[in-house]
Amino acid sequence: MGIRTWLLATTFAIGAMGAAEAQVAVKLGVLNDRSGVYADLSGEGSVVAAQLAVEDFKAKEKGIDVSIISADHQNKPDIGSNIARQWYDRDGVDVILDVPTSSVALAVSQITREKNKILINSGAGATDLTGKQCSPNTIHWTYDTYALGYGTGTALVKRGGDTWFFLTADYAFGHALERDTAEVVKKAGGKVLGQVRHPFPGSDFSSFLLQAQASQAKVIGLANAGGDTINAIKQASEFGIVAGGQTLAGLLVFLSDVHALGLEAAQGLVLTEAFYWDQNDGTRAWSERFAARHGGSKPTMVHAGVYAGTLHYLKAVEALKSKDTKAVLEWMRANPSEDPLFGKGEIRVDGRHVHDMYLFEVKKPSESKGPWDYYNQLSVIPAAEAFRPLDAGGCELVKKS
Amino acid sequence: MSELLGVPSQVLFGQLLLGLINGSFYAVLSLGLAIIFGLLNIINFAHGAQYMMGAFVAWMLLQYAGVGYWWALLAAPVVVGITGVVIERLLLARLRNADHLYGLLLTFGLALIIQGIFRNEYGVSGLPYGIPPELAGGRNLGFMFLPNYRAWVVLASLTLCLATWFVIERTRLGAYLRAATENPTLVQAFGINVPLLVTLTYGFGVALAAFAGVLAAPIYSVNPNMGADMIIVVFAVVVIGGMGSILGSIVTGFALGIVEGLTKVFYPEASSTVIFVIMILVLLVKPAGLFGRAA
Repeated sequence: MGIRTWLLATTFAIGAMGAAEAQVAVKLGVLNDRSGVYADLSGEGSVVAAQLAVEDFKAKEKGIDVSIISADHQNKPDIGSNIARQWYDRDGVDVILDVPTSSVALAVSQITREKNKILINSGAGATDLTGKQCSPNTIHWTYDTYALGYGTGTALVKRGGDTWFFLTADYAFGHALERDTAEVVKKAGGKVLGQVRHPFPGSDFSSFLLQAQASQAKVIGLANAGGDTINAIKQASEFGIVAGGQTLAGLLVFLSDVHALGLEAAQGLVLTEAFYWDQNDGTRAWSERFAARHGGSKPTMVHAGVYAGTLHYLKAVEALKSKDTKAVLEWMRANPSEDPLFGKGEIRVDGRHVHDMYLFEVKKPSESKGPWDYYNQLSVIPAAEAFRPLDAGGCELVKKS
Repeated sequence: MSELLGVPSQVLFGQLLLGLINGSFYAVLSLGLAIIFGLLNIINFAHGAQYMMGAFVAWMLLQYAGVGYWWALLAAPVVVGITGVVIERLLLARLRNADHLYGLLLTFGLALIIQGIFRNEYGVSGLPYGIPPELAGGRNLGFMFLPNYRAWVVLASLTLCLATWFVIERTRLGAYLRAATENPTLVQAFGINVPLLVTLTYGFGVALAAFAGVLAAPIYSVNPNMGADMIIVVFAVVVIGGMGSILGSIVTGFALGIVEGLTKVFYPEASSTVIFVIMILVLLVKPAGLFGRAA
């Protein structure tokens, strides 16, 4: 039998099986950074997370035939937009997942709305996704700059860190993070003494750190991400900034960043995350399975968000026995979500998924039992206050309802 | 507090010193590039990747063999230098008579492949590498806190640069090298093995990059993209100093580090572009670079 005949036969066989068992076929597209600065916190791990969701849901047995594809948007909005269009127009993708990098996420959100499909975002941070540029077709699952700034900002002011100096990445995301956090700090009774904008991406921060040191602010807020944050923290420890009594606040720090830094340099860092693998039996069991498939790395909150978002979507498809975009989105908003990673949560009308957030402190090397044992939980930030109030975002969907 | 141009002089001194430290990396890297260009006429685009390899080899030595910083400082340049020798013998040697562009394309391709392999193996977030305990801590200079390790970086780079300069400009071996740069055919006629000289020179230039990589490992995160971020600036440094000028690349490296440092005080947003602005100005006024001789 020639390869062609063989392929045809298999295709027919699969088609026949599908007709017998699956009533609905859905296609998920994981679109994220697979080679650049965000590849470790999203990347292939997000594909693994989506696969786990499909398996845990037993989609096949429930009559849903799920296929997953993935692509690299290289953190560039034009590339991300092209892939999204091609996926929706030609490849029959129903849902796009993950999409870190706010500029790309905003572009893909726009296209998703035009094509009337669904975007479940986990990796991006910009609050605009559920604010001025909100869309009925976009769900923002894991975190945003408001939640991060609120969690870390309030907590540190409460612990006496009432004067701040910001080290800000000089682009839209950094500015937004600085703005959101500065507001929280002022509201909590703190004062912002100054800020310095560093080029993005940067590698040497000693100069900026020296300026931060000279400001004598109690807290140095790092309004940057990924490699910039890692280098800034590493060099701050070198210049004795923490030893000198100033506190570093990593405003967007992922577990993978702490892993890269090592505890020696990262210890004492206070940060906000939506998920940590070592929180309870549910998160531990899932993370174990994730690590087994992903080279031993524990999942970040972005991976967890892709899993939970996919699960909630599949529940909607099962309940409706259809993948009709409008009906699925309505179901997803109307029904609370529940999964082992985020617990209970719900999706607001502006697309924001709200759930508890957590304030963590990075362990001292002596406290850690081994690789990936990095956080002590300081407090839980309840869902009701963790995210920006519904009416404060300027989302048009809110005004209508 | 006395002020200079509206900035407290203490801050200014601190920034000057920091500029010097960053300049050390520029100097060592551009020195390697200048040597390679001088003798091989090849623009070594893989230089950034080889710098990254230096840092990674140091990390691997520590991780898998328990070999610490000081031995890594010796071993990593040798290991990476040997890969350079292999690359020269197997690939670059075949391009000796071809246009500049081929060497550039080849080394650029190599850089992408090397970075891709490391990215695939180790991810992009980077790996931790600590400061050697002997150099931990720092001292207060009155105007700034100087970590001991940074002082060591300046010292080590300066020594290395000056030693290299001395070997090339003041010894017999250096004389052969310079002669081979001028007229390889004639030098070969005198019984000197020019191809070997070329291979070793490339290996040495690469080793310099790896040395800078080991120096950088405790300061910057050890990640596959660390060289790609650095190399563009270093190329600008080489162009400003004059392609192939040994002393020029050293002086320009340190000087531009300082200029960049000062920009970080007066207008931080421009600190990543200032070197390129200077490059454009220099090219307009002296197309051969500050220390280069017009062809």
